[in-house]
Amino acid sequence: MQNTNSINRRAFLKLSGLTGAALTIGFYFPALAEESASIITAETADSLGIALNAFISIDKNGKVSILNHRSEMGQGSFQAVPQMIAEELEVSLDQVSINFAPGHQNKYGSQLTGGSSTVRGAYKHLLRTGATAREMLLEAAAKKWNVPKEECYALKGEVIHRPTNKKIGYGELVEEAAKLTPPKQVTLKERKNYTIIGKPLPRQDTPLKVNGKAEFGLDKKLPGMLYAVVERSPHFLGKIKSYDDSAVKTMPGVKHVIKVQMPVFNTTREGIAIVADNTWAAMQARKALKVEWDTTGFEHLDTTGLYNRMKEDLKKPGLSQRTGGNFEGMYAKAAKKLEAVYETPYEAHACMEPLNCVADVKDNKCEIWGPIQAPDWIQRDLADRLKMPVENIAVHMTFLGGGFGRKAFTDYTTEAALISKEIKAPVQVVWTREDDMNQGPFRPGAVYECKAGLNNGRIAAFQTKMAAQNMNHQWPHADKSNFNDSTTEGLPEAFINGIDHYSFSDIPTESPIPVMWWRSVYSSTNGFAYESFMDELAHAAEKDPLDFRRQHLREERYVALIDMLEEKTGWKSRGKNSGWGVAITECFKSIVGEAVKVSKQADGKLKIDRIVAVMDCGWYVNPDIIKAQVEGSIVMALGAATNHETHFTDGKAVEQNFHQYQMPRISDVPDIEVYIIENEEKPGGVGEPGLPPFAPALCNAIFDLTGKRIRKLPFNMNEV
Amino acid sequence: MASYKLSINGSTHAVEADPKMPLLWVLRDLLNLTGTKYGCGMAQCGACTVHLNGNAIRSCSMPVSAVGNQKITTIEGLSTDNSHAVQQAWIAEQVPQCGYCQTGQIMSAVALLKRNPNPTDRDIDMAMQGNLCRCGTYPRIRKAIHKAATLMKPPAKSF
Repeated sequence: MQNTNSINRRAFLKLSGLTGAALTIGFYFPALAEESASIITAETADSLGIALNAFISIDKNGKVSILNHRSEMGQGSFQAVPQMIAEELEVSLDQVSINFAPGHQNKYGSQLTGGSSTVRGAYKHLLRTGATAREMLLEAAAKKWNVPKEECYALKGEVIHRPTNKKIGYGELVEEAAKLTPPKQVTLKERKNYTIIGKPLPRQDTPLKVNGKAEFGLDKKLPGMLYAVVERSPHFLGKIKSYDDSAVKTMPGVKHVIKVQMPVFNTTREGIAIVADNTWAAMQARKALKVEWDTTGFEHLDTTGLYNRMKEDLKKPGLSQRTGGNFEGMYAKAAKKLEAVYETPYEAHACMEPLNCVADVKDNKCEIWGPIQAPDWIQRDLADRLKMPVENIAVHMTFLGGGFGRKAFTDYTTEAALISKEIKAPVQVVWTREDDMNQGPFRPGAVYECKAGLNNGRIAAFQTKMAAQNMNHQWPHADKSNFNDSTTEGLPEAFINGIDHYSFSDIPTESPIPVMWWRSVYSSTNGFAYESFMDELAHAAEKDPLDFRRQHLREERYVALIDMLEEKTGWKSRGKNSGWGVAITECFKSIVGEAVKVSKQADGKLKIDRIVAVMDCGWYVNPDIIKAQVEGSIVMALGAATNHETHFTDGKAVEQNFHQYQMPRISDVPDIEVYIIENEEKPGGVGEPGLPPFAPALCNAIFDLTGKRIRKLPFNMNEV
Repeated sequence: MASYKLSINGSTHAVEADPKMPLLWVLRDLLNLTGTKYGCGMAQCGACTVHLNGNAIRSCSMPVSAVGNQKITTIEGLSTDNSHAVQQAWIAEQVPQCGYCQTGQIMSAVALLKRNPNPTDRDIDMAMQGNLCRCGTYPRIRKAIHKAATLMKPPAKSF
């Protein structure tokens, strides 16, 4: 194999000449860091053994296929990726079919759909890919007509000769275009000329999602496929001592009962898989299974013990993530000092589609289908677990019925593959709602200690300490002396830049509970502590809460955001203690401000009257999807603030289903106003940043109305 | 095991099933009608909502033996071309995000509009209370139901 480093400056690839029947444009993903694009042919790439992707394919009939390399779990990548390519390719979205890319890191880079990274991570390359195909089609048409290329333009899947108004469809040009060398440089369209990007175009997946045709993981069927459920240890680290499957094996429809192992970080979860010819038969048979679990050798923690440990941990110095100036010195001599402790709960992801995976392992090959957020990671993981070459593993993404971080893990896919391998048949492993809710990994709960000193109404010194499980410390051989690099996640960079004396540290709390990313990750808990404390500081400084933030967020984007919040809420004309609260956080390169208005009803219960959100995500693709994502983030945040929490007792989760884990219902949710800031900044995330500011804005509103400060989530809106 | 003849979306389907098997799994695993979703298995989330003689029910908690000759309508039976007013309204308001719960939401909304063609926000909140959506599409569901109500109104007669 030749050294592929020589390719790193050559970004765009032509995959032409492979069939002659289509023009296919893609790029070599590891080259994406490079700004300047030059070309290699498919043949050269082949000889170098590098993997080409094919983001755009146009066939002789003019049919355009665009790949979406990321998961679609509701956040809109299925729309955003083609919407970007179509703009530069000059096709309308109704001329395009969209396909999911299979898992393949060398082709598509990281496909881990997390960190709100799809648009911000790939937009430049997707735009250039579209433009490259367009320029080749223009050149092919100019050649065919024997006219200067400059006299031609592209529109809605056709090339048009400006002087004569002659038109030709892309399909008729692909053969010629495929013979051309792609241009080294392409000029991207100016934003003011966009007809697709920036428009609230209806999502291409909506028609499929109103008639039952959208295929989710649980809907996947293969010929001869069996169905499995797995009885796993209710304790996070329990092992099988013994089991009795004699009653199970005689149940109708049961085909196999096998022992199975599922790797979860540095531990292995043991279980008994019951495989039957339909889901319900497997679920029924499971009830007849008797398992004795060995629950010795690990801590049987409960929620109280866990939170007491976190509070004890806060007394330790902690691992320092960021410090500046001299916090201790300045705090000691500050005119006014404030301290507060905040608590946030463990949470289940509770995707509406429970975990599931279809696996078909045979002949040293493995194929899987499912609701998958991390196809390339799963491909590598399965190759490792099954001891197969990575190219023998095919990972297919279906639509995801929610993801929120839970489906970015490899436990459920590994388990399904191991079951299929053992029973030598395609199998769908279905997690019941109870399995989905009680097995984790969960969002880690956290306890924060915040301290600040005020001088002349300004923050002179600021400190937060976080005690929480560190997700990275769960891996085998993890270096536990590493601080949590997400200790400041969610905090506006402008805030940290604007204070001279600060300290942010964390104490990694030890616990057997598996934890995992949960929509907006640490921002969802950090944001509550930080923005609640900012509100407390504003009151201590006797400042208007929004003015106080303006004073500490002195960068242009924040000023614009605060101006808009003031305008949309009528902030300045609101009455004293009228129940308004505000919070501003920064998450995955987007800034979101949210304001909430609450009131007391005749029965004394609290009611949310208004929710106003302002999103600054820079350059953006689809404003309607942004609004939908902010609305959804707020509803999820409302649930985590006021409704649900996962408790633990005796080393296992308490909440099993929706009657115990009560998520917001339609009557809990008022209309939500979302405004988007227009600016020329780089794109930021969209799917998650709307979540962190909601809980603090709500609690700050409650303080404004009632004088009661809420420092522990969740709380009951009817009991404030 | 027992034999059943089920009337689903206007056709008769013969199935062999355990009498206790919930209609949900009969639809999904035996008849391949996967538009009806499994969410909780205990009538808490509404993802499995179908119609029995026009009324919304949770198919996860309805044994197949209890169906008898009542007419079942699933999301697949609403229209062949997304032309039902509720589907049209769902598209117009861009309701779905992940989409998993939406078939159940739509079946509940259709049943609501059938018995109450002009629902208020409160009527909607009461009727849709049993359908969870983790993506938080509730504000759009409300808008879409109002829109569907408008779309379903017969055109004013002119004399």
